[in-house]
Amino acid sequence: MPEMNMVQAINDALRFEMQQDDRVVVLGEDVGKVGGVFRVTAGLFDEFGADRVIDTPLSEGGIIGTAVGMALYGLRPIPEIQFSDFIFPAYDQIVSEVAKYRYRSGGEFPCNMVIRTPVGGGIRGGHYHSQSPEAQFIHVAGLKVVCPSTAADAKGLLLASIRDPDPVLFFEPKRVYRAAKGEVPEGDYTVELGKANVIREGKSLTVISYGAMLYEAMDAAEKAAEHGIECEVIDLRTLWPLDIDTIIASVKKTGRVVIVHEAPRSCGLGGELVSLINEKAFLHLEAPPRRVTGFDTPFPYTLEMEYLPLSHRILPALTETANY
Amino acid sequence: MKRREEGLEFFRQLLLIRRFEEESARAYSMGKIGGFLHLYIGQEAIAVGACAAIQKDDYAVTTYRDHGLALARGMPPGVAMAELYGKQTGCSQGLGGSMHFFHSETNMLGGHGIVGGHRPLAAGVAFASKYQGYPHVTLAFYGEGASSIGASHEAMSLAALWKLPIVFICENNQYAMGTPLKRHLSITDISLKADAYGMAKDRFVADDVFTVRDRIQAAVDRARSGEGPTLIEIRTYRFRGHSMSDPAKYRTKSELDAEKQRDALTRLEKQLLEDDGTKDQVAAIRETVEAEIAEAIQFAESSPEPGLELLEATTYDGDFAR
Repeated sequence: MPEMNMVQAINDALRFEMQQDDRVVVLGEDVGKVGGVFRVTAGLFDEFGADRVIDTPLSEGGIIGTAVGMALYGLRPIPEIQFSDFIFPAYDQIVSEVAKYRYRSGGEFPCNMVIRTPVGGGIRGGHYHSQSPEAQFIHVAGLKVVCPSTAADAKGLLLASIRDPDPVLFFEPKRVYRAAKGEVPEGDYTVELGKANVIREGKSLTVISYGAMLYEAMDAAEKAAEHGIECEVIDLRTLWPLDIDTIIASVKKTGRVVIVHEAPRSCGLGGELVSLINEKAFLHLEAPPRRVTGFDTPFPYTLEMEYLPLSHRILPALTETANY
Repeated sequence: MKRREEGLEFFRQLLLIRRFEEESARAYSMGKIGGFLHLYIGQEAIAVGACAAIQKDDYAVTTYRDHGLALARGMPPGVAMAELYGKQTGCSQGLGGSMHFFHSETNMLGGHGIVGGHRPLAAGVAFASKYQGYPHVTLAFYGEGASSIGASHEAMSLAALWKLPIVFICENNQYAMGTPLKRHLSITDISLKADAYGMAKDRFVADDVFTVRDRIQAAVDRARSGEGPTLIEIRTYRFRGHSMSDPAKYRTKSELDAEKQRDALTRLEKQLLEDDGTKDQVAAIRETVEAEIAEAIQFAESSPEPGLELLEATTYDGDFAR
């Protein structure tokens, strides 16, 4: 298997599906000739032409809005929002139309598209290039939400998302775009949506994370192991629908759970996870569920390494929860 | 001869929409229809004329004031009434209601409640037909109140840039809810907005269905032959309030009376009655339409409501949605 980083893996997935299915079109700002600001769509313009790799004006609402119409007509549009911070001009289109079309038309008009967008901080991007708005879309019925942490998952989840009958928001953790390197299967390769991955087994404590913070959670888990705390680390991969069975089975086994995400704490995905765990595994808990997250503040420029829930912030939560 | 037949058919459609909505207003006031009900009464000539200018495989996308267009596209009145009643036999299984008239058989693509939000989507439909090499044209209706929202600009910008086969039809009924045009737009000639995008434009009054059909036909032909989009402003007037809950006190009775003199339905009926070749058929059309409306109401009233199990099944394709 070839080794790729996440950018190459996503590019490979897009290329593969565009070769297989001429209904697939990519559209967005600078995705064509430039190949995307992160080079994710590099080479696609030359291979598939301007009709299928479409450079758009700066017009997020227009990009997502036209993608809706394309989907209704049977295309498989993959709009890119250059940074997830720029998604808000298109929020109405996503919330009112993309997510609701199937329901509003009584099931007659599904609206399958994949909205790709880089997410998260750690690149010194400051407020407008670092946020993690995933929970705001999980809260919208009708959307599926995906966030891979490895190159292979990025490819497999993206191909599954393109073929999924529902609209998918595909958040790409840009901090690990190039750092997340690994073997990626060639050709057709899918990872089923809605399935989490237990990437480290352990009996002391369950750690749930996703995206770029998965690596911080893993680092903290390895350090905890030096103190005899064996963490079970779950990479959610699909944020909605949640793989609740895997989560609950692990929490029932360990009785303790720490959730790590860089999005702000309040009403974040961590809060929903704690609720579900309380509802489904309350009597198995040996310690209060704990969240290690970004702050309820704007994403800071200078203080981003304090804002992000890095390994050194996660580790105390792990030891405290394990020893509660 | 052809014109007489067309006139009678136009009359039938205008009357069907008018009577459908008068009866839906009655059902609304009796509490049989809930939610909001935005009536098209006064504007019918636009939907009827526009649908006469397009083919079966062409697409139509519109606002929340969508009953008239759906009926003009050929949605069966019973299916439309059942949707208003929230019944499972409605076009959207009773899950949407008044603002959600979808019908794949007639390429009726809604029904949109966010003002102007549907215009980029309509451009996307036009993109997809062009991309796939189909000769289809998309009609995108909107009210003049949607002129200022960002989505309107984005849709026209992209449609013109990509020379999409689409016709934007601005139904200028002169009031954005209760605010008159001159108080919410810096210009009163909305068709001027086409100039900013290098788009073709047209502008006329909707008091005659033939005129509406012919003028829209020209834009549709342009779109179909690859010459790109057109913005058409059609001046019209709604005889009722913005919705059933709006008594429309922001306009005078004399203004309303003057506008009613231009009612395309009344004018067409008068013409048909004055013509020896058509006058005998008017009463028969009225009778047929009444029977059709009565049947639609009967169908709606006797249909079942959707069950809770439909809610999740229409939110996602799969079986998850807790």
